[in-house]
Amino acid sequence: MKRINNPQELEKVREEILGSRDPDKPCITICSGTGCHAFGCEKVTESFRAELRKQALEERIYIRTTGCHGFCEKGPLVVINPQKIFYQRVTPEDTGEIIAETLLKNNIIERLLYTHPQTGEKIVKEENVPFYKGQMRIIFGNNGKIDPTKIEDYIAIGGYKALSKVLRELSPPEIIDIIKNSGLRGRGGGGFPAGVKWESCRNAPGDKHYVICNADEGDPGAYMDRSLLEGNPHSVLEGMMIGAYAIGSDEGYIYVRNEYPLAVRNVGIAIDQLRECGLLGENILDTGFNFDIKVNRGGGAFVCGESTALMASLEGQAGEPRAKHIHTVESGLWEEPTNLNNVETWANVPLIINEGVDWYTDIGTENSKGTKIFSLVGKVNNTGLVEVPMGITIREIVYDIGGGIPGDGKFKAIQTGGPSGGCIPESLIDIQVDFDKLTEVGSMMGSGGMIVMDDKTCMVDTAKYFLNFLKDESCGKCTTCRDGTRRMYELVDAITRGEGKEGDIELLEELSWVVSEASLCALGQTAPNPVLSTIRYFTDEYEAHIKDKRCPAGVCKDLITYSIDEEKCTACGKCKKVCPSDAITGEKKVPHIIDTEKCIRCGACITECKFDAIEVA
Amino acid sequence: MITFTIDGFEVEGEKGQNVLQVALDNGFDIPHLCYHEALKPYGACRLCQVEVTKGGRTRLTTSCNYPVLEGISVQTNTEKTTRARKMVIELLLARCPGVPIIKDLAKEYSVGEPRFKVDNDDCILCGLCERVCREVVGVDAITFLGRGSDRKVGPPLEINPKTCIACGACVYICPTNCIKLEETESERTIVRWERTLPMKKCKACGRSFAPWFQLEYFGKITDGIPADFWDKCVDCR
Ligand SMILES: Cc1cc2nc3c(=O)[nH]c(=O)nc-3n(C[C@H](O)[C@H](O)[C@H](O)COP(=O)(O)O)c2cc1C
Ligand code: SF4
Ligand code: SF4
Ligand code: FES
Repeated sequence: MKRINNPQELEKVREEILGSRDPDKPCITICSGTGCHAFGCEKVTESFRAELRKQALEERIYIRTTGCHGFCEKGPLVVINPQKIFYQRVTPEDTGEIIAETLLKNNIIERLLYTHPQTGEKIVKEENVPFYKGQMRIIFGNNGKIDPTKIEDYIAIGGYKALSKVLRELSPPEIIDIIKNSGLRGRGGGGFPAGVKWESCRNAPGDKHYVICNADEGDPGAYMDRSLLEGNPHSVLEGMMIGAYAIGSDEGYIYVRNEYPLAVRNVGIAIDQLRECGLLGENILDTGFNFDIKVNRGGGAFVCGESTALMASLEGQAGEPRAKHIHTVESGLWEEPTNLNNVETWANVPLIINEGVDWYTDIGTENSKGTKIFSLVGKVNNTGLVEVPMGITIREIVYDIGGGIPGDGKFKAIQTGGPSGGCIPESLIDIQVDFDKLTEVGSMMGSGGMIVMDDKTCMVDTAKYFLNFLKDESCGKCTTCRDGTRRMYELVDAITRGEGKEGDIELLEELSWVVSEASLCALGQTAPNPVLSTIRYFTDEYEAHIKDKRCPAGVCKDLITYSIDEEKCTACGKCKKVCPSDAITGEKKVPHIIDTEKCIRCGACITECKFDAIEVA
Repeated sequence: MITFTIDGFEVEGEKGQNVLQVALDNGFDIPHLCYHEALKPYGACRLCQVEVTKGGRTRLTTSCNYPVLEGISVQTNTEKTTRARKMVIELLLARCPGVPIIKDLAKEYSVGEPRFKVDNDDCILCGLCERVCREVVGVDAITFLGRGSDRKVGPPLEINPKTCIACGACVYICPTNCIKLEETESERTIVRWERTLPMKKCKACGRSFAPWFQLEYFGKITDGIPADFWDKCVDCR
């Protein structure tokens, strides 16, 4: 990429790129996000390239490898443009046929289309696939349009227009006003108004001001920040550059988890390209604005995502939180004013500048504007990354986008907000998802994890799972968080083993209050959420475990027994063969019997029995 | 001077001071385990809870790392501070049931038998030893290891820290007395860190008085003191 010296040259470059591209020329878009990688998208890409070479079609058909499209479970995903034909589970063996039939003859290959799980209908276009239809992909959608390693692709879709605009036309306070008026709130968990944070940082006295992008994303199962950085790093970088200009910073950092090699690589490539063309460095676009960004790889502890721990870690110290009585906007990295925002928060910035406050504030609820990317997983038909407007209901997410609960399962609860979020029961399925509503019902937005649970999920066991994570990830500094979460885990663990006592629920509540009120950082302060929310909405289940020594969902191994329904058993003997502890006996033609003493309640027989004859009680 | 109130009484502090220090200086009793006036506040034990009202909002917070601010009002003894302190003490008592300072606190706050499984630890992870070693002695011989319930304090490689001069500052500062120092004519050992250093004999009286390694360290970090100063014990200098 040649040097871009001023705003006019940027527009000229954009025109040249667009002029050299034919919008009607067919393009094979292959998702190369981390999910599709796992399904072997690289082989599919190679195979497409080889086919095009073989058939001498390289000049007539583009190939574009992009970041994550979100519907990872159906990968590798291929979209044929300009028609937007959506093919899923594509293998290297399919590529010849796709070229011959779809690209050359415009025929659809039925077998590769998405089938609607309820109606059985085959769906051709990406935008009509229910998973995408209910979404509003204003941030994440560009992932499918660009090759993240090519700055030309980003410029072609309007990249760095917002930067050029703010540098030319707006003063820093004006930019801050726009961000404040847009209502943008931090996507990293706390939901703090971004514009207010920028303003405090700008106004804080200091020799130097820093901006940081938090890409530590350590929630198990969450990968939206990672996918954004991998699939559209320039959008995040452009947001940071605008923020830096508004705040008065000339040095930025991206703190990214080391376990995200593709994100590290792509953001590194993007930064190199920006330096090469002069969009990072001195006197950017001839406006006197100087700014550069460094990438720092985080060691991987969950707590390092917390703002003060992250800054300590950036300074080379132990990644441990400190008290925030003096805010990081006043004294952060190396005790200078520092503005930290999450990946997704930064990525919203260019969009707000380009589309305007009115457009942006039309999306969302009163106090939560714009969209949010969620990682939808668990007992739901369509899993993946979904971007939805704030204010959408849980029902819409689970049923319209997620396609409902698989098999004959029933929706029981949804866990939101990451490990220290809470479980929201079915009775609240129609609440509008936004920052305040989720907090009000005892959960939180967090970074956007969503785990759907069906009636075969035990809520006490669920609380235990998250407590286990939190007690291990607590940095261990505070007595209340370190020992408090461990004691909560021990109590809940005992309950799942049938050793719960009268008064345990009250003790858990008492302990929760102290852990959340008296701990130093937000990890401890939110750690009781999983327990409190499950006690709040599923008290019966706790009581069944404690008083009746019974696990209603049939999950807690110490509290269940397996037996065989004589009526249903056909004496096929399959269960007997799979049982790892030889607990099942029975002759041909006689209903089989489980020896409860020997049974280890592993569930192998349940999976094996075709006649639904194994009963759990 | 910064003026604010503690339990309704007007007090004064200086910029950079924390609420706990000013409270203690003025005779208020706030229990604390990880704070020491010679060291930077750390905020780990969570015992020094107070309620602070600032700008109309009241919240529970630790006082050792809360900066003194003009006009705030601090309550040292409320229903909430007691509730929080009692649970902190119960958690520490379950962790270290045999430690006198914790047992005394339990008695003072009427905390009975802990309702949790009782361990038998002797360290409350207050970090005083680690800070005194780093901030005052300046050798940084011990550190925190592990996280969550695996956290402990000790030499980076678990035993025998190579920079430890066996000065005993950690021994002296530890509130639970779990770091022991043993000394013979020829050697001094910091038992918890498994660090043993040979002792030097006083040139004048012949008594062994400090580890060689420690005296060499002092010689290195002090200027303008004649080298033979470190050859004699305190009494003979
Ligand atoms: C234990 C813990 C882990 C966190 N992890 C992350 C993270 O991985 N990514 C993130 O953006 N924010 C994380 N946060 C929130 C940050 O502390 C901070 O609030 C956020 O990065 C600010 O950016 P925002 O205002 O744009 O959301 C974490 C907070 C805590 C307490
Ligand atoms: S609340 Fe937990 S994670 Fe946060 S500083 Fe305290 S011990 Fe560490
Ligand atoms: S050894 Fe003593 S001083 Fe060091 S952390 Fe443990 S209790 Fe505190
Ligand atoms: S003395 Fe304040 S937290 Fe320990």
